[in-house]
Formats: sequence, C-alpha cells, structure tokens
Amino acid sequence: MATIVPAQPLIEVKGLNHFYGPPPGGHLVLENVDLTLYQNEVVGLLGRSGSGKSTLLRSIAGLIQPRQGTVTRIASPDCPDPSVAMVFQTFALFPWLTVLQNVELGLEAQKVPAPERRTRALAAIDLIGLDGFENAYPKELSGGMRQRVGLARALVVNPALLLMDEPFSALDVLTAETLRTDLLDLWSEGRMPIQSILIVTHNIEEAVQMCDRILVFSSNPGRVVAEIKVDIPRPRDRLDPPFRALVDDIYARMTARPSDAAPLREGVFPGTGIAMVLPHVSTNTLAGLIEEVDGTPFNGQASMAELADSLNFEIDDLFPMAETLQLLRFAELRGAQLLLTPAARRYAQADVDHRKAMFGEALLAHVPLAGHIRRILDERASHKAPARRFRDELEDHMSPDFASETLKTVTNWGRYAEVFTYHEDDDQFSLEDPQ
Amino acid sequence: MTSTRLPSFSRMLRLSRPNREDAIAFAILSGLAVLVFRTAEGVVAPLSSLDLEPVTLDPAHLPYYALRTVLRMFAALFASTVFTLVVATLAARSRHAGRLIVPALDILQSVPILGFLTFTVTFFMNLFPGSVLGVELASVFAIFTSQAWNMAFSFYQSLRSVPDDLEEVCYGFGLSPLRRFLRLDLPYATPALVWNAMMSMSGGWFFVVASEAITVGNTTATLPGIGSYLALAIQQQDFRAVGWAVGAMAVVILAYDQLFFRPIVAWADRFRFEQTAGADAPRSWFHGLLRRTRLLPVVLAPLGALGRLLLTLEPRPRRSGAARVRQPGHWAERAWQLGVWLGVAVALGWTGHYLLSWLTMADLTQALGDALITMLRVIVLIALASLVWVPLGVMIGLRPRLAERVQPVAQFLAAFPANVLFPFAVIAIVRFDLAPDVWLSPLMILGTQWYILFNVIAGASAIPNDLREAAGMFGVKGWQWWRQVALPGVFPYYVTGALTASGGSWNASIVAEVVTWGDHHLRAHGLGAYIADATTAGNYRQVALGIAVMSLFVLGFNRLVWRPLYAFGERRLRLS
Repeated sequence: MATIVPAQPLIEVKGLNHFYGPPPGGHLVLENVDLTLYQNEVVGLLGRSGSGKSTLLRSIAGLIQPRQGTVTRIASPDCPDPSVAMVFQTFALFPWLTVLQNVELGLEAQKVPAPERRTRALAAIDLIGLDGFENAYPKELSGGMRQRVGLARALVVNPALLLMDEPFSALDVLTAETLRTDLLDLWSEGRMPIQSILIVTHNIEEAVQMCDRILVFSSNPGRVVAEIKVDIPRPRDRLDPPFRALVDDIYARMTARPSDAAPLREGVFPGTGIAMVLPHVSTNTLAGLIEEVDGTPFNGQASMAELADSLNFEIDDLFPMAETLQLLRFAELRGAQLLLTPAARRYAQADVDHRKAMFGEALLAHVPLAGHIRRILDERASHKAPARRFRDELEDHMSPDFASETLKTVTNWGRYAEVFTYHEDDDQFSLEDPQ
Repeated sequence: MTSTRLPSFSRMLRLSRPNREDAIAFAILSGLAVLVFRTAEGVVAPLSSLDLEPVTLDPAHLPYYALRTVLRMFAALFASTVFTLVVATLAARSRHAGRLIVPALDILQSVPILGFLTFTVTFFMNLFPGSVLGVELASVFAIFTSQAWNMAFSFYQSLRSVPDDLEEVCYGFGLSPLRRFLRLDLPYATPALVWNAMMSMSGGWFFVVASEAITVGNTTATLPGIGSYLALAIQQQDFRAVGWAVGAMAVVILAYDQLFFRPIVAWADRFRFEQTAGADAPRSWFHGLLRRTRLLPVVLAPLGALGRLLLTLEPRPRRSGAARVRQPGHWAERAWQLGVWLGVAVALGWTGHYLLSWLTMADLTQALGDALITMLRVIVLIALASLVWVPLGVMIGLRPRLAERVQPVAQFLAAFPANVLFPFAVIAIVRFDLAPDVWLSPLMILGTQWYILFNVIAGASAIPNDLREAAGMFGVKGWQWWRQVALPGVFPYYVTGALTASGGSWNASIVAEVVTWGDHHLRAHGLGAYIADATTAGNYRQVALGIAVMSLFVLGFNRLVWRPLYAFGERRLRLS
C-alpha cells in the first residue's frame, strides 16, 4: 500500500491529561496521552470501560476541552483543513428527521445551498447503501440501517478524519460483521472522502480485523500501555493463525499487571487495602465461569480469547470476572491463559453450602474491605454498623460513584457468603440473618 | 431553495379540487376564524361599553360569552408559551440565569394565583385607563400565572435531559445556537410541553371563571364571559342560568379538547424520543381529518416560515469542532455573585422594612391561625378523597376496557372549573342550614380530587400483568393484596396526583371558603376566607400577608411531605 511514502501527520495529541469533576482535583481519567495520527491509516483505541478512550476521542473531536495538553490538527497541501466527523455507538439520530434530513444536518449547519446539499446527501446515502430509505424515519429502520445513516451523515461533510465510538457494539453479531466488511471494502477501494479512521472499540478481534495500528489502553487512569502494528494483509481472516496469534498476544498484554514484579496479593484492581475498587460482578457469573473452565474442553485452563468466543463475552464482561477470580485466589492469569487454582476446582465440585463456606473464607482473607466490615461487626456488641461509615471511608479514597459500586459489590458477595448482611431500610450492615 | 418549498406548495394547489373532508375542515376553520375576529372587536372597545352592554342572562348571548372566555384562554396560552420558550431556554442555557430562574419557578408554582388578582387588576387598569384592554389583560394575566410556571418548568426539565449524543452531534457539526434550538431542543421538548400545556389549560378554566367578574375595593370590573355570566346568575339567584353556564362550560371544554389539544397531541407524537415505533400512538379524528384534507401543511406553514425567518437572522457558521466548553472569566464570575448578593440584600431590606412598618402581631397570629385551619381542611379532605378514589381507581385501572372509558371522563372532570358548581352547594347548605365551617370544605377539593383518581387509574393500569398473575396464583387477596400488590404499585402515581390535588385545594380555598348565593353569604374560617375578605375590602397589606403565609404553607407541605414521599416511591416502589 502507501507505506513507502513518508507518512503525513494529520492530528497530533500531546501530553493530554483529563479529569472528571470540577477543577482542581477530580478523578484522573486520561494520563499523559501522546498520539499522532497519520494520513491513510486506520487506528484503533482498545481498552476496557473506564480507560478514557471515549474521552480521548471526544477531545480530538473538540467536544471536550482536556484539562491539560493539546490537540493539533495539521494542515498539509492535500488536506488544507483537516476536519473531523463522528459516528456514535448509540447512532445519535434525530427521531423527528427523515434519513435524508439527518444526513443533510451537517451541510445545513455549514449553509450549503439546498440543491448542492441534496445532491451530496443523496450521493452519501447511495455510497453507504441506503437508497430507497431516504424518506424513512429512524424508528422505522433496523439497528444496522440506523448506523448506516450515522455513517452517511458523518461522511457527507467530507471529514479528513472519521471518528468512530464503538460503532458496532450496539448491533447484533451478524449485522456488525456486515457493516464492518462494507466499511472496510469502501476504505480499501478508497471510495470514502476521508484520510484516516480512528475507531474506539473494546472488541479485540474487531480491532485486529480493521486497524493498521492498535493503541492498547489501561484502565483507571487511562494510559497507552502498548502500540501494536497490524501487518496482516487485507482482507483478514479471523481463523488465520497470525490473526489468532495477534489476538492472543493482545489478550496477554491486557491482562498483564502494570509491572510484572508486583506480587499477586495486591490484586489487580486500582487502589490497595480497603480502598480497592471492586467491579460489579455477581457471584452467579463467578460460579458459572469456574464451572465452565473446570469442565470440558478446558479442564481448568482456558485462553481468554477462546473463553470470550465460547461464552460470547466482550472484554468488558470477561476481564472483571477473571480478575475477581484472581483476587479471590480461585484463578491465576498467566499471559492470556486463565488457570483455575486447586481451590477453585474443589469449589466447582462442592455443594451449595460448601461453596458458600469456601467463598466466604476467600472473601474475608483476600478482600480487605470485606474483612474490615466483618471485623467491625464482630467488635460491636450490637453486631450492627451503619453503611454510611464505610461509604465515607471509601469516599476518602475514591469518587462517590466508585465507592457506591464497591460497597454494592462487597454487600452482594458478603450476603452470598453469609459473612454479613445489609438492610436497605436503615442502611445498616449486621451479622444476624432474618429470623 | 425552491426544491424544499415545492412539496408543500403543490399540496396547497391540490386544494382546488376539494373533497368532502376539505369542506368540513374548511367550514370549521373559517367559522372559528370569523368568531375570533368578531370577538377581537370587543376587546379593544372603550371601558364604557361594558356599562352600555352589560352582561345579561339571556342564553342566546352565552355562545358569544363563551367565545370571549376561550379567546382569553388562548391569549394566555400563547403568552405562556412565549414565556416558556424564552425563560426556560435562558434557564437551561445560562448557568447563572438558571440558578435564579429555576427556584423562582418552583416557588411561583406554589403561590396562590387567586390572591394575585387584586394587584393585577389594579395594575392593568391603571396601565390602560378607560379601556377594556386593561381588564382583559388582568384576566389573561391571571390565567397566564396559572399556566406559565409549570410549563416553563417542564420545558426546562426537558432541555436538561436532551440526550448527550444528540447534543454532541450538534456541537460536532457546529450548529448555531438558534439552529440547534429549532432542530434539537424544541422538537425534543415538544411532547412534554404539549401535555403540560393541556393540563395547565385545564387549571386555567378555574381562574378564568374567577377573574372575569372581580371586585377590588370599590372597583368592579365585569368582562363578558362565562365567568361573569355565572357571577350574575348567582347574584340574581337564577338557577336556570347557572345550569346554562355549566352546560356551556362543558361544551366549550369538550370542543377545545377535541379541536385543539387532541390534534396537537397526535401531531406532537412524532417528536416523542424513542427509537422504536410506538405501540399505540395517540389518535385524534380532527388531526386525521386535517391530514386527509392535506390542510395540515397549510396550518403548519406559518410555523415553518417563522423558523426559516429566524434562521435568516442566524450568525455566520462557526468553524466546526471548536471546543464547546468555555471557562467563564474569574472577575465576571465575582461581579455576578456580588450582584446577586447585593440584590438579595436590597430585596430583604426592602421587604423587611415594608413588613415592619405595618405588620402587627395580631395580623400575623390571625393569618397563621387561619392557615392552620385551612391546612387541617386540606389534610382531612385529601385523606377522605384518597380513601374514596384510591380503591376505586385501582379497581378501574385493573380493568383496561373500563379504564379506557373512565380515564377521559376523569380528565374532563379535572378540567371542569369546580367553582361553576359552587352555587349548588350553597343552595344545599342554606336549605338545610348546615355549618359552613364543615360543609364548605368539600368545595375545595371538588375540582382537584380527580387528579388523584386519574393518576391512580394510570398507576393501576401500569401494574405488570405477571405481578397480578403471581399474586393470583399464590392466592394473595384481601388486605394482603392491597398492602403488597395494589398500594405499592400505585404509590408513585398516587403521590403525583395527591400533590397536585393538595396544591390546587389550597388555591381553591380562596374562592371556596367564602361563597354567596344572591344575598346569602356563607363564610368558613380559614386563610382562604382571610384573603378573600381582604380582597373585597381592598386591604392590600392583608392580601399580601395572606398570600405570603399561604405560599409558605404550600411550599412547606411540598418540601416536607410530598417530596420525601415521592422520593421514597421512586426509590423503592418504581416498577421498572
């Protein structure tokens, strides 16, 4: 392809830091991100929820002003005014406008004369395969067709850079695949009036299939932890060994702890001790995952990519589960492999009461917050403690949202293991069960 | 440009080949237009014409009176809509303005409008001395105050809940604020605004009846309208004329509902923010008729033209992709805050000075004591109405076919101005020599109890079928069924209804605690009577004190009782 020509930069991001919450302070979501986008490439931003990849995309789109750092659009002879347009995960179509009116929206804002507007909109609609639907309202269309409208609306303003925010994640598997292939065909045939594509995704296979370059983000705060060049020739086949190898490699990078020297006992979640942020993972799915890996064909060891495939999980579902198992010492992540510990294999065979007992033991031993709550309840004569107190303690270390989610998670785990219980009416933790 | 206009123009041309529906719609519309023009002539007449053509009890004049009343209603609705679009948009777009406007709207919603009449009538009559216009404006303003606040509040809330992604599209493409308003904000907020306008309009009937014939001190202003017709009927003890007024009211309410609001609700359905096609869209025969006659584009054309006209004033397109967040200047922020505090200080000082200069302990204790009496009435009445309407509403709501029929009736009854019915109660009380302190009370809730009924019906219809089936399968019945199935299911809806009913009852106390029939004057003790008496006596200070005390009580009631209940219902009992 055009790799011999020295790459012409299009957008340059330098030293980007962004926080949620009022300045000064707030919760750090993006930490020191540098990124240069060149012409003629498809770049993927891959990461879990909370990794700030959408925030980065919106900073580039000019929708968010980052707290620190710069986003520069670089003009060049063949692209004097590098503009951007965005495709949304939720499609973001105006329900009261027809397909044609939705597509014309950007042109209308630019005060393009009506006849030209109409011609260009019809051309974009034609390109994207929406002919015949010009007068339909979005609610009459299927999800796939709606996203095509979103795509046509973005392309019609001739952006230099097309920004896509998880464009296929709200679609079913088959529709997403069709749309992806259509988009890639248009891209490789050079029929779209764009220089580059920047796509945010949390689907590793999608990233490998579409991108020339993948930036892997870590979560909390978001940081670029790896940059991977994808040299597999197009069209790419998912079952191709190099494709599979790359997918496995990315899984391994995403499960890697920040530094490999970090001892296992500190866990994988941000924060330490009782200030550890716990993800919302239900005990049922944990049990299900243990059973799945324990049974055939995995027999106690499974690659994350295969698990994701066989359970039809996105990485946002699978990673928190695997990491919770790791936190509880029920599993170990080695590269992209999930290995059950002997305890977990015993758990898989145990009956309900034994499972609860094993889970409780692991919970009190390895989740500091659970141990903390239990200790306080044990110490008090009434065996009761207001939840407010723990919430305040957590909020010293994390945002109220994270505090609330963490407390909810530990409540669920504690209830399942019967190590403590919680009453919503008086907002109290206690030891006793209802009579 | 022509290509966008052509379709609607060709539709107009096709009207030259009329069909039957065209004729019907045309007749209705032109009839309405003629009536409106004819009525408008009366509005600008000199004040002396009111004395030359006094209101008479001849039923033949009633249609004309009804039309004058309706015209007032629509004038107020128009003013409320303009107010809403301007003020609510300002509140949503400007952080500073929002901080002042939103609480102000919230408080104004709780202020008893009837108490206002004293001030507004005097004000507007002085504004246009010697012209009917002043009195007309005072009446229109009374209705306006009953509509504007909650319409603006609803619009503000819609603007605040505009979906983020659509907002981002607008910023991304660099839509100008005006274009963004026309393309996104206005359509998004339209369904809620239309619904709210409809409910506010219902509330407005109450005030138009009360505001057409008003006596402040020694000034009496009587405008031609159903309200003044009724007042005259009461004064002359003409029982038949009261019946005519009630009938005319019913016809008018039905007509504007069918010819105006139903079509608009059906039309506004297209702006409902949902990505899937709705199961049952609201229907309206008149809207269907307009659509079949292809008259709709003609009716809507002025709106479109207005939008296009506004857009020609639009500033030059902004470069797309510019950052949307602008940090306010530090000093501007400081100056603003200083200004606000200064304003607060001046207002406090001024009010305090004014109050201290004449307020006596006796006045204050009387107003507060009367307020307590009225509060007792409101609490007892809401409790009684709940005891009656909650079980009935649940039973109706669980029978979909019945609910379908009862719901419009309940909404109609809520719209019906209950003060039209007061004379019947007075006759009964006088006839049987009952104690006014007890028997005038039900009048307060006569018009507002229906809010409880139709909200409970809506709540009961919304109880999921599987819950009812589960309850039935396990043999849950009797008190347990009410306690665990029905009451929790309708609770959030009930609170909404009871909140509206309670606020309305406070307001109604001003006309319900003092009523007359010819020369029979009945008076109950309470804050409403206090305000009404002060109004008749032209004692502005007592009126102001009464309004202030009532506002405080209504606000306190809302904050301390209804809001916590509502929050509890939302948190624990929302079925979704």
